[in-house]
Amino acid sequence: MDGGGLRLSMNGLDYGILALYFVTVLGVGFAARRAIRTSVDFFLSGRSLPAWVTGLAFVSANLGALEIIGMAANGAQYGMMTLHYYWIGAVPAMVFLGIVMMPFYYGSRVRSVPEYLRLRFNRPTHLLNAISFAVAQVLIAGVNLYALALIMQALLGWPLWVAIVVGAVIVLAYITVGGLSGAIYNEVLQFFVIIAGLVPITVIGLVKVGGVSGLMDAVRESRLGEAGLHAWQGTGSTDNPLGAHWIGIVFGLGFVLSFGYWTTNFAEVQRALSARNMSAARRTPIIAAYPKLLIPAVTIIPGLIAMVTVQGLGASEGDLVYNNAIPLLMRDLLPNGVLGIAVTGLVASFMAGMAANVSGFNTVFTYDIWQAYVRRDGSDEYYVRVGRLATVGGVLVGIGTAFIAAGFSNIMNYIQALFSLFNAPLFATFIIGMFWKRMSPLAGFWSLLSGTLAALATYLLYKGGVLHFNSDLEESFWGAGIAFATVAVVAAVVTPLTRPKPDDELQGLVYGMGGVDLKGDVLAGDRVWWRSPVLLGAIVLVLAVVLYIPVF
Amino acid sequence: MEQHSERSQDPLVEETEAERARSAASRLFDIRRVIGGLFVVYGVLVGLVGLFDGQPEIDKAQGLRINLWAGLLMLLFGVAMLAWQWLRPVEPPTVEEAQEV
Repeated sequence: MDGGGLRLSMNGLDYGILALYFVTVLGVGFAARRAIRTSVDFFLSGRSLPAWVTGLAFVSANLGALEIIGMAANGAQYGMMTLHYYWIGAVPAMVFLGIVMMPFYYGSRVRSVPEYLRLRFNRPTHLLNAISFAVAQVLIAGVNLYALALIMQALLGWPLWVAIVVGAVIVLAYITVGGLSGAIYNEVLQFFVIIAGLVPITVIGLVKVGGVSGLMDAVRESRLGEAGLHAWQGTGSTDNPLGAHWIGIVFGLGFVLSFGYWTTNFAEVQRALSARNMSAARRTPIIAAYPKLLIPAVTIIPGLIAMVTVQGLGASEGDLVYNNAIPLLMRDLLPNGVLGIAVTGLVASFMAGMAANVSGFNTVFTYDIWQAYVRRDGSDEYYVRVGRLATVGGVLVGIGTAFIAAGFSNIMNYIQALFSLFNAPLFATFIIGMFWKRMSPLAGFWSLLSGTLAALATYLLYKGGVLHFNSDLEESFWGAGIAFATVAVVAAVVTPLTRPKPDDELQGLVYGMGGVDLKGDVLAGDRVWWRSPVLLGAIVLVLAVVLYIPVF
Repeated sequence: MEQHSERSQDPLVEETEAERARSAASRLFDIRRVIGGLFVVYGVLVGLVGLFDGQPEIDKAQGLRINLWAGLLMLLFGVAMLAWQWLRPVEPPTVEEAQEV
């Protein structure tokens, strides 16, 4: 774990690039401060941002370093099948969020995803979701922080605690001072720095292996063989690198898992709620889908390059684990200068991931827990203060989690697996509640609770060896499917036995009830045809299909 | 915006909405300036280093003058961002929007 083998030879220039980035990030936070007067300014950027900003922040909030490093590792391990995580496991859900669900989120003026549950169902459903979300976000922020510290230790030789404290303090500062605008603006900046760091690795790597055709030849001769170059071939059975059947990929990953993550995760949806009008909010996830289509070029391709160029990659422990694919390429290929940019990009992506968790947490804590259940009658300024204190508290818990994770490193995997269980039942509750107006408030509560317990039970029985699945991935497909079915069944059984919500309370929240205005607040510039959310969404879906053709 | 009255009302949501009249969000700076500025600096720094890269650096990058190219591209991108915010400043709100606030 000393990481001596991964140590990069950073010089003054590289550190200068990193330091300049830290200064800029803090500067953005402090400069955003003057735009904060009300709680909506602090928690939702005053609902004033243009779509390209919220769109890039939307993709950046998901582009944490765990995602980049993990997807490069998957690329090295499974080859082109990793593309499913992007093209079927993200793009359709993002388009669906923009076109179908956003009118209800943005149009109802809810301030968070849990708040939608309060208006659509009742307070118990709301509280259940608000608390589980808040707890998940601070713990996941801690996991991100610990991962940041690990990589800084390995690459730069910083002691764990220094990296944990530096990372936490910077994120804390720019969110406490600059609110969501500070977080979102920095996410946009981070997006470009991450790309600027990853592109040189990919380009030099491709030159080294003799271009795209050289890489394909090398992969054919590798452990993966021809199967490493195909996304769908061989998915008629589970005899393929990922061990997944196409039905599992389409319904498990493409539907339940990805829709659960992208459409109900407030850390993502919050970016769209901060857009300046309905059109911009709907375009937010759709604009994000375009870079999402292309990100595999700078994650999966480097993963494959590492697999064919780094001798012995894929060890079960030590420096040659798959997760080190990108750091190893940085060490081997980047001279000082671009090396500094790449390290900065990696650090930026950790902070982006953590900042998304923290800004989602402080909003839900303030609006959905403190204001709704603890102190109802505070002034608007009071809630801004609560939000700032919640940010400090959330980051402190995150730091604590990071130190606990440093003591028991397995805990990291458990936390992530645990919270991914909450997504599928939440999505099922949302989608049924959004389209079936009869679904009663009590049915909402019992559906969400029993769906979550079903997902948890499946996971625990699998870990305990009672249930058998081919892989963790297969378990997650099935667990999500079981949770989804449980929610649907419970909703169908409980609803006829309980009282529905009056129609006039469902306006703007449920499909077919009216109260959603798609055009009223539109800006003059947003009326042009090429800013139509439906058109932009259709194009990105077609592109996702077309991109699959060469790697079928 | 009469349409809004069709939406179901929630006291907490409406309170926050009412406070938006005081919003200071219009004082937010344009992020394109920061992105452009940072990338111009990065581009110049890395590009200059690239001009003076020796053989070991070029060999490490498989024969590419990667610092020079990356520097140039980052500089171009930074300039493009600055030009964009210069040519297309933030859209002012429409008449209806101004009235709504």
